[in-house]
Amino acid sequence: MNRRISFDIKTLIPSLSAALALILHLSIPNSRKYLQKPLPYFTTALIITIFVTLALAVVSLFNDRLRKKYSYKSWFIGASILFLNLLNLATIKIMLLQSIYFPSPDRILKVFVDDWQFMLKCLGYSIRLLSTGYVIGAVAGITTGILVGWSKKWSYWINPLIKIIGPIPPTAWVPIALVSFPTTFASSVFLISLAVWFPTTVLTSSGISNVQNSYFEVSSTLGANTVQKIFKVALPAAMPSIFIGIFNGTSASFITLMTAEMLGVKFGIGWYINWQREMLSYANVYAGLIIIAITFSLIITLMFRIRDWVLSWQKGVIKW
Amino acid sequence: MVETKTGKITVSNVRKTFTQPDGQQVVALDQVNAHIEPGEFICLIGPSGCGKSTFLRLLAGLISPDEGELLLDGSPIVGAGYERGLVFQDPTLFPWLTVYENVAFGLKVRNTYKEKKDEVPEFINLVGLKGFEKAYPHQLSGGMAQRAALARALVNHPKVLLLDEPFGALDAFTRMNMQDELIKILQQRGTTAIMVTHDVDEAIYLSDRIFVMTPRPAKIESIIRVEIGRPRDRDLPDFLKLRARILQILNFAGKREDIQYYL
Repeated sequence: MNRRISFDIKTLIPSLSAALALILHLSIPNSRKYLQKPLPYFTTALIITIFVTLALAVVSLFNDRLRKKYSYKSWFIGASILFLNLLNLATIKIMLLQSIYFPSPDRILKVFVDDWQFMLKCLGYSIRLLSTGYVIGAVAGITTGILVGWSKKWSYWINPLIKIIGPIPPTAWVPIALVSFPTTFASSVFLISLAVWFPTTVLTSSGISNVQNSYFEVSSTLGANTVQKIFKVALPAAMPSIFIGIFNGTSASFITLMTAEMLGVKFGIGWYINWQREMLSYANVYAGLIIIAITFSLIITLMFRIRDWVLSWQKGVIKW
Repeated sequence: MVETKTGKITVSNVRKTFTQPDGQQVVALDQVNAHIEPGEFICLIGPSGCGKSTFLRLLAGLISPDEGELLLDGSPIVGAGYERGLVFQDPTLFPWLTVYENVAFGLKVRNTYKEKKDEVPEFINLVGLKGFEKAYPHQLSGGMAQRAALARALVNHPKVLLLDEPFGALDAFTRMNMQDELIKILQQRGTTAIMVTHDVDEAIYLSDRIFVMTPRPAKIESIIRVEIGRPRDRDLPDFLKLRARILQILNFAGKREDIQYYL
C-alpha cells in the first residue's frame, strides 16, 4: 500500500469555515433586542464540526480516495457552514429577521436535544403510514398495469377509468376518503396508495405494451406458456418503465402523506409540523422540515440503489 | 448421436393471405407443397415479398395457414413449440439475462432445468462462448450474440431448426465461420434445418436442397438439389455453375430490375 503523505490545502476549507463561524459567534455579542437566554448548542455543534472536519483532513493525508472526495466536496461543505454562520449573524447577532418565524440555529438545535424522542415517534408513525400505502399502491399499480398492458379485454374496461380517475390529484379525494373509511389511518393509506397507483399503472402498462413482439415470439418457440411470457419476458422487459412509474409515485406519495397528516391523522411528522406552526414554535417547524428532508432523501437514495441493482443489466445500454 | 429419425416436414397446399390496413387482401403464399426429410438442410431463397419469412413463421407456428396443412412427423403444427426452434436475423437475446440465463431459458420454462442443467455449459462451449457465461447481451459482438441465440435454440433439442437470415447482419468473415459451425453442429445432431437467406452462395454452401421462391404469386418456383460433397469449396466449377443457374431462375421469374437490387 502507498503510505506516502500528501496534502491538499482544500481539505482545510470546512474546518476554516467552522472556525470562522465559532470566532464570530463567540466574539460578537447577542443583539440587545434578543431577550432569550443564550444557548450553548451552536457553539458545541461548531466545536464538534471543527474536530470532525480536522479529523477528516488528517485522514486525508494518508488516504488518497478520501482526499480526492473530501477536497472535491470541501467548497460545498465550507459554504454550507458559512450559510449557517450568516444565518446565526442575521438572527441573534443583528436580528435582521423576525425571530418568531426565523429562529436562530441555536433554537433549532435545542429542539433536537429536547424533543428528539417525540419526533422520532412521529417519524415512526409517518413511515408506517407511508410504507403501508406505498406497498399497496405499488403492488396494485403493477398488477393493473400488467392486466391493462397485456390483455385487450382488461384494457377496454380499465383504461377509460385510468384516464378519468388517474389525473385527479390524490389530495382532491380527501373529503371522500375521510368519510369512506372507518379510521383516518385507513383513509390516508387509501390516498397514498392512489397516489402511487396511478403513475405505476400507466408506466407499467405502457412498458408492457411496448415490449418487442419478437421477444414473445422467441420465448414461445422456446416453450414458454402465457404466464411465463408475462412474468419472465414482459415484466423484466418493462422493468425500466415500471421504475419510472414507481419514482413518480414516490414523490406523489410524499405530497399526499404530508397533506393527509396535516388534515387529520394523529401523529406523524407532517402533523407535528402543523401542530407546532399553530403554536408558533417555528424552531420546531424547522426541525421537522429537516427531519423530513433527511428521511425522504434517504428513501429516494435507497430506491435508486434498488433500481441500480435490479437494472444492472442495463449498464452500458443507457446513460444513467 | 441421433438414431430416431425425427424432423420430417410435410406441407400441402398451404395458402396464407394478409389483410392490409386499407382492407386489401395480399396473398403471401399460395399452393405451397413441400416434403422435407429428417436431417435435411433446406434454404429458402428469393427476393423480398416472395413469402420466405411467412413460410418460416408458419412452420414455427407463430401464424396459421388459411388453407392447407403443415405436418411435423405426421402431426399438424398448431402454435409455437420448443421442438421447432427459431433464430432470427436479430439475435433477440433477452437483455436482462446473462448469456448463461438466456441459454437456460428454454429448459427453465419447460421445467427441465434441474435434470438438464449440465447441457447449458455444453451448448455454450459448442458455440464457442466459453468464458462469456456471465456477460450480458449488450456486452457481446453481433457474431457472439448470434452464437448465443443459436445455443439457446439448440439446448431444447429441437427436431427442426428454423433460421430467418441468421447471419444477414454479420460481416463476411464471421458469417463464413458461423456457417461452418452451424453445419457441423446440425450434422452431428441430425437436426432438420430450414433457413431463409438472400445470399445465393450461402444457400449453395449449406443446403441439401434449395427452394427458390418467387413473388406474384408467392410460391416455390423450383427445387434444386445441391449435389456437391461436403466440405464445399466456394470456387469449384460445380458451385459456380449452380450459382449461375439459380440466378438465372430468379432473374427469369422476377422482373430483372427488381432482382438486381436484392442480389
